[in-house]
Formats: sequence, structure tokens, C-alpha cells
Amino acid sequence: MNRILIVAEHLDGKLNAAVAKCVSCASAIPDAEIDVAVLAIDGSAVAAAAAGIAGVKRVLLVKNAANEPALAAVLAPQVAELAKGCSHVFGPSTTFGKDLMPRVAALLDAPQLSDVMAVESATRFKRPVYAGNAIATVESAAGRQVVATVRVASFQPAAAGGPAPVETVAVAAELPSHTRFVSVTAARSDRPDLQTAARVVSGGRALGSKENFALIQGLADRLGAAIGASRAAVDAGYAPNELQVGQTGKIIAPELYVAIGISGAIQHLTGIKDARTIVAINKDAEAPIFEVADYGLVGDLFSLIPEIEKQL
Amino acid sequence: MRRILVALKRVIDYNVRVRVRPDGSGVVTDGVKMSINPFDEIALEEALRIRERGGADEVLAISIGPDDTQQQLRNALAMGADRAILVKSAQAIEPPAVARVLLAFVERETPMLVILGKQAIDDDCSQTGQMLAALWQRPQATFASKLELTEKVARVTREVDAGLETIEVDLPAVITTDLRLNEPRYIKLPDIMKAKKKPLDVVELASLGLDAASQLTVVGLEPPPQRKKGVMVKDAAELVATLRQKGLV
Ligand SMILES: Cc1cc2nc3c(=O)[nH]c(=O)nc-3n(C[C@H](O)[C@H](O)[C@H](O)COP(=O)(O)OP(=O)(O)OC[C@H]3O[C@@H](n4cnc5c(N)ncnc54)[C@H](O)[C@@H]3O)c2cc1C
Ligand SMILES: Nc1ncnc2c1ncn2[C@@H]1O[C@H](COP(=O)(O)O)[C@@H](O)[C@H]1O
Repeated sequence: MNRILIVAEHLDGKLNAAVAKCVSCASAIPDAEIDVAVLAIDGSAVAAAAAGIAGVKRVLLVKNAANEPALAAVLAPQVAELAKGCSHVFGPSTTFGKDLMPRVAALLDAPQLSDVMAVESATRFKRPVYAGNAIATVESAAGRQVVATVRVASFQPAAAGGPAPVETVAVAAELPSHTRFVSVTAARSDRPDLQTAARVVSGGRALGSKENFALIQGLADRLGAAIGASRAAVDAGYAPNELQVGQTGKIIAPELYVAIGISGAIQHLTGIKDARTIVAINKDAEAPIFEVADYGLVGDLFSLIPEIEKQL
Repeated sequence: MRRILVALKRVIDYNVRVRVRPDGSGVVTDGVKMSINPFDEIALEEALRIRERGGADEVLAISIGPDDTQQQLRNALAMGADRAILVKSAQAIEPPAVARVLLAFVERETPMLVILGKQAIDDDCSQTGQMLAALWQRPQATFASKLELTEKVARVTREVDAGLETIEVDLPAVITTDLRLNEPRYIKLPDIMKAKKKPLDVVELASLGLDAASQLTVVGLEPPPQRKKGVMVKDAAELVATLRQKGLV
């Protein structure tokens, strides 16, 4: 029996879509018994959502006023306590999971596998290294606890099921006060979320200004797409940081990815390898983005975007 | 003394197109350019700026790696670090072991801040800073894009999926850097000369008496599945028609 604990990410009473993907990954482990831990102030809605994912055996709800907004230093000792007796502890490979899981691993004296993209057995996993230029097969010692983050772009969400029972549990863990939440600035928009959108339109340095970046927004709106950006576009202030796609931004797997005025640096391509169809628009026929694009169009984006909109 | 410890890893330069060896035993490293991990250069730059503002007295650069890592540490000294320590290990060690080594030096050097990169661009683990913070039982502020210091606390803006989050942590603390924290300075020739006189201590990993054994075994490496080069379309009309035909728009 492999007992797997998945740490649920949630915000404003909503379960993050990455959790159902973590359940898919965990379900690929033979003989898996999956618990989902919800650490929240109240958490009943989040727990109910987690209980409705097929494959989940139990939801463990830990209520504590210190649990929201989530701080890794506060959550880690509680997760480590819940993880006692588990063979695996999983979290999503989002900034939430990347921040939290290594702290949990250190408390458990366990190794961590980051960005698991495939499960070969209970102890053997695949993960990308060197910005995705190589895939490593990694084996953990049998009988040893393993912590992992799950590369969400590699897994489909588990189906709806259950409902699994929700157990409110108390954990005896001392919580630190040395880390305090101050604020978060999140651009709330009606656009589809970059990480889960079926279509994404991304703009690069070629847009040249924040004002011109509105062209990308216009096309995205026409396509019902989320907006992405290259690092160069974010660094130049044309787009906010949460829209960056790539090795150090978001790793996405949309049905359609449209890269406009983006050269196709390896660090950018890392973020879009799993896209079903890639379209590239670039004035340079030699741009590396065309090496990976399913459909390429050479030309000036400033005239092509309006033409495309006219055709839609 | 108010000290900042910066952890630097020697990695394959980010401009190199990394290739897997045909036998899958690793990646091609012969004749390949090695550099300081880009995120760690940002970590060092931030530490230097804090010292230059009068917020710290000493910047100590530390790396665990093969003997050749002295080159990267010399570069760190040329950038402006006051001293450097190489913990020599021919074998690469995993984040939990790196964290234990760093903890040993943290206990010895009692820094007010430890700054690391958010991830090493070879193993892409993004673990070491968080593990060090856990072992040290101190705060962590990961993926930092802005850092403000007062005597006792650091206010850190973090790049998170939702946008930008600000947290406040008591010192001493562990910070990991994101790309937009700063732009590292270039090294000037006179700095390279000056760096030759700065202290660079070399200690053997084994002499620390720590458990640095691997907990994971890399069974093999393979190249990623390659995407095939697709087709070029001639204009906007053909593009839209093709996408429509495929049911993509
Ligand atoms: C450690 C590290 C991590 C990184 N992580 C990321 C990451 O996560 N994501 C990321 O994107 N990058 C990342 N980068 C940066 C990456 O290396 C590139 O610098 C970046 O992706 C370039 O962005 P770009 O394609 O927009 O700009 P450029 O490379 O400048 O490309 C602009 C393109 O626009 C084309 N163009 C110009 N004018 C027009 C026009 N009028 N019409 C059509 N085309 C035009 C040009 O031909 C060119 O191909 C990282 C780098 C490092 C070192
Ligand atoms: N061998 C090493 N020597 C010094 N610092 C390291 C080493 N390995 C990792 N680090 C630090 O830890 C950060 C994160 O590395 P990783 O957890 O491996 O992605 C790096 O950016 C470095 O700052």
C-alpha cells in the first residue's frame, strides 16, 4: 500500500485546478491510497471540492486562523505532521507548491523530486532537467518517504467522483510568527486563466511598448484566449510578471499557442513544449520559434494582427 | 559584523544548448562553458548593493563543487564579494545535502541574510533555499523581485502565480532570487586584479563530517521528444483558414 498525501492549493475558497492533476499523478502509483490535506481558516468549500475528485480516499481538513493567506513557514510543520506514515507527499508545481514542498521535505528528512512529469513505479519517476533539454529518470530508495511537486502541464485532471469523507483534524505543530503576509497585487481579469486556458496568445519584445501590447489583448479577446508574454516583454514592462511563459514563468499546455514577435529562446520554449498546436508570427524567417511551430507566418505583426482579426 | 552569505553554483552557461550524451549517462560537458548560475549572480548583486548602501559589512560567497569552481568564485570576488569559500566535492550533491553544508557555515558565520538563487538551471530543483530555511528554523522569502531591509526585518516582494506578493520576515532569513530582482554588474579588469588578493578558502566536503550521500539515483537521461517543424503559411487568410479547418478557432 502506498499512502499518498496531496497538499491542496486554494485561494478565496476555491480549490486550484492543479489539485485534480496531482490526484491523476498520484493515481498512477500502484496501490495508491490518496488523502488530500486542506489547510485553511474554514475550508469547507475547498474540502468539499477536493472530496469530489475521483480517486481521493479522504480529505483532511485542518482549520487554523494562521493558514490563510498561505505562508510556507506556517503550513510546512502542519503538513509534515500530517505526512507521518505516508509514503509520498505531493504538491503542485506552482509557486505555492515550489515554495512549500521543499520546506516540508527538509522537516521530514526526505528527498524531493521537483516537476514530476511521469510515474514509472512507486519509486521511479521522470522529471525535466536543464530547462527541459533532458528528461531524467530518477529512482528513490525503496521504503523511504518521497516528497514531490507535480508538473501540472503533464497530467490531465482526475475526473469527478466521490464524494470522499471530509475529516476535520487537529495537528499539534508549533507555528512560527517570524513570517507575516503583507499584501498581494493580483490583476483580476475576466480573461481565461493562463495556466488552464485552451488558447493562449503571447507577445514578445517586438511589441515595443505597453500601448502596443494592447494588440495582443485585442486578438486574445477575439479568440477567447488567455494572454502570455516572453520574459523580454515582461522585463520591459509591456506585460505583468504573472503572464511570463517559460522556464522561469509558467509552463502551459494549451490546445493553441500563438507566439507573436517572440524569437523562441530555449527558456521560452520550455514553457510551451506541451502545447497541442503552436502558431508563430515573426518577421524573421530564421527565428528559432519556427523550428517548433506547427504553423508559421513570416511578416510584420503590426499589419498581420489586424488582418487576422478581419478574417476571424 | 552584519554578514550576508551568498550561495553560488557552478553550472553550464545558460547560452549553451545542452545535449544528452548518446549513452544517456549525463549531458555533454566537454569543452562546454561553465558559469555562475544566473540566479546566483543576481543573489550576489543584491548582497553587494545592500553592503554598498551600508546595510551590511561583509559579503561571503560560498560554493560546493569541483576544484574548477574556484574560477567562478574568483569572478564573485571580482564582482565585489569580500571573501569566498569553496567546499570541494568532485561529486554533485543534492539540495538536502547542499542545505546541510550551508547550515554548517551559517552556524559558523551567523549571517543576517542568506541569499540563494530560486533555482539552479542544471537540476532545476528549486529546493535548496527552502530546505536551508527549514533546517535553520528561520523564515524564507522565495522568488524575490524586490527586497527592502530594516534593522530587524526584510520586506520582500515575491513573484507568485497570482501576481506579486509582499511578505515581511524577521532577520536572519533566507531569500531566493527571481530574475527581476536586479541586473548584475559587469566585471571590470581592475576588479579581476583586486580579486586575486581576496581570501578564497578551500575545504574538503568530507572534512565537514556531514551526511552528503545521494538519496536519489538518476537512472538515465534521455533527450526530450522533439516537436516537428510544421508548415509555413503565406498570409493571414491562409493561417485563419487552416486553424478553422483544424477546429482551433
Ligand atoms: C535563467 C534564464 C531564464 C529565462 N527564463 C525565461 C522565461 O521563463 N521565459 C522567456 O520568455 N524567456 C526567458 N529567458 C529569456 C530568454 O533567454 C530570451 O531572452 C527571451 O525569451 C526573449 O524574448 P523575446 O522573444 O520576446 O525577445 P527577442 O529575442 O528580442 O525576440 C523578438 C522577436 O521579435 C521579432 N520581431 C521584431 N519586430 C517584429 C515585427 N514588427 N513583427 C514580427 N516580428 C518581429 C524578431 O525577429 C525577434 O525574433 C530566460 C533567460 C535566462 C538567462
Ligand atoms: N552546489 C552548490 N553550491 C552552492 N550553492 C548551491 C549549490 N547547489 C544549489 N545552490 C544554491 O541553491 C539554489 C537553488 O538550487 P536548486 O535547489 O538546486 O535548484 C541555487 O541557485 C544556489 O544559490
